[in-house]
Amino acid sequence: MDFQLSKEHAMARSLFKDFAEKEVKPRAIEVDETEEFPRDTVEKMAKYGFLGIPVPKEYGGQGCDPLTYAMCVEELSKVCGTTGVIVSAHTSLCVDPIMTFGTEEQKQKWLVPLAKGEKLGAFGLTEPGAGTDAQGMQTKAVLDGDEWVLNGSKCFITNGKEADVYVIFAVSGKVEKRGKMMKEISAYVVEKGTPGFTFGTKENKMGIRGSSTYELIFQDCRIPKDNLLGQRGKGFNIAMHTLDGGRIGIAAQALGIAEGALERTVEYVKERKQFGKAIGQFQNTQFQLADMATKTKAAQLLVYQAAMKKGEYQKDPKVSYGMEAAMAKLYAAEVAMEVTTKAVQYHGGYGYIREYEVERMMRDAKITEIYEGTSEVQRMVISAGLLK
Amino acid sequence: MKIVVCVKQVPDTKGGVKFKPDGTLDRGAMLAIMNPDDKAGLEAALKIKKENPGTEVTVVTMGLPKADDVLREALAMGADKAVLVTDRVLGGADTWATSQTLAGAIRNLEYDLVITGRQAIDGDTAQVGPQISERLDLPLVSYAEEIKIEGDSVVVKRQFEDRYHMLKVKMPCLITALAELGEDMYMTPGGIFDAYQTEVTVCGRKDLKDVTDDNLGLNGSPTKIAKASDRVAKGAGEKVVPDSPKEAVDYIVGKLAEKHVI
Repeated sequence: MDFQLSKEHAMARSLFKDFAEKEVKPRAIEVDETEEFPRDTVEKMAKYGFLGIPVPKEYGGQGCDPLTYAMCVEELSKVCGTTGVIVSAHTSLCVDPIMTFGTEEQKQKWLVPLAKGEKLGAFGLTEPGAGTDAQGMQTKAVLDGDEWVLNGSKCFITNGKEADVYVIFAVSGKVEKRGKMMKEISAYVVEKGTPGFTFGTKENKMGIRGSSTYELIFQDCRIPKDNLLGQRGKGFNIAMHTLDGGRIGIAAQALGIAEGALERTVEYVKERKQFGKAIGQFQNTQFQLADMATKTKAAQLLVYQAAMKKGEYQKDPKVSYGMEAAMAKLYAAEVAMEVTTKAVQYHGGYGYIREYEVERMMRDAKITEIYEGTSEVQRMVISAGLLK
Repeated sequence: MKIVVCVKQVPDTKGGVKFKPDGTLDRGAMLAIMNPDDKAGLEAALKIKKENPGTEVTVVTMGLPKADDVLREALAMGADKAVLVTDRVLGGADTWATSQTLAGAIRNLEYDLVITGRQAIDGDTAQVGPQISERLDLPLVSYAEEIKIEGDSVVVKRQFEDRYHMLKVKMPCLITALAELGEDMYMTPGGIFDAYQTEVTVCGRKDLKDVTDDNLGLNGSPTKIAKASDRVAKGAGEKVVPDSPKEAVDYIVGKLAEKHVI
């Protein structure tokens, strides 16, 4: 077992760090304040291949492994949680299912421009009455000649109005499973601009405020028959596969947020003086910092392990990484919440002020315990793996 | 078109400068980066490559074997080839010996344009680029802040103290780059992995062309460092609040006389 990053990975990390410091960090406060989607940053990331990191070169990607991708999300999130999730939702939730389940024609049509960053991707599974419980899904897809007709809505969709290509899940019929009638779920690719596909409410969020979270509305939205992704009725499996990978992205986002807050706190306690000495010289501060750093490091090891396991899966599909991804997401998200909360505490009154940024990190951290499967769902996934 | 860019691995001074007890730079204790002016030169070369398809960019560095890192970075940014000049006998070189060495390596390469950074942040001499041009008998334009290829010539905007000069130079020539010449350019993730698959040409003393031993390494360096020391920090000074301008003038004049300035 080797805990040393390869030279390539170490250099990739320095690239992401350099980019994040120069291009992302200076805009983080403004993006949060104005809720403005950082389109210019996304265009720069596209230029340097950040939107197609784990995609093979023949499809316009960078041909790198999931670890490189996770490090990218980590470093971006260290300075801006919004930018981290834009890359994560695009790559894990839209690029990955098209890369994994798409036909060659679909890959040429959508994967290539997505990987090159010419187009941005999003993923629509959640509905007002169905998040984790996919059987509660109401959006319907009916085959009419050579077209599927979609009706329904999706909510809380990251990259909502800014994306060009959407992977959408809908009920395409009913099937009998173990004597019970169940909803048959299928996956589709829908392009922005398709008649009948519009946007509803923009969500006014606590954190990741620049990430463009919208409701998607489908009213007699007709898409070509060939936009079915994977086999009909396999939508649930596609969604679960996608979320397994997505959890690594969100775990990396949570990890980055925790690391960012920890870095800020270390800098601050060295400078802030109370009772004649820097607050970092008080044993309580030192012990708290030690705990924050230890947990953040443990989260990093879990995230990297899950990413490397996904890399193994890409070489050998018999390898499973779902449990590792769930553990990484569960732990990193909870560590992010704990570390950012303490970071605010150790900044005292200044921690509550926006320009000190740790309060933003605390607001950004909270969502990592909720989206792409709440912490409770991660515990269900992990225990199901243990008890099977 | 073929462009050779000289790059140097230098200690990153952002995290503070660290010295050994003898006063010399403790390079091992500092992170290493590509010298910023050299990076600007590389960025300019890569921009020319983008605008002029078929252009080949070769990066050359002289240094310890670990200077390989800076070449990989250049390859990951889009350079085509890389040459590492490394040999124990080349160690301890001053600008004279360094330019002899680099010129000896560049003589083995084809080039229309050679670009170096104006100066490195560790030595700050700004001598190596101009010296290479002398050794290779190339026209030199230093302090370039903009360059444009026009046929077989380069049009260079050269920075001057209170103005700039526009010069048109026929290639082959050598240009030294200011930071302004570059546009922030990054590696690509895939480029990094490819860079480590690319073969770097490693040269030693025997591969240098038309260079004599007495011009190389520490022995070939006319510059001898007698002593190196950290900059002495200025004291806090003396704060005086005089009651009138006359009192202030008297005080300053008195101090200047005391120090024999006037």
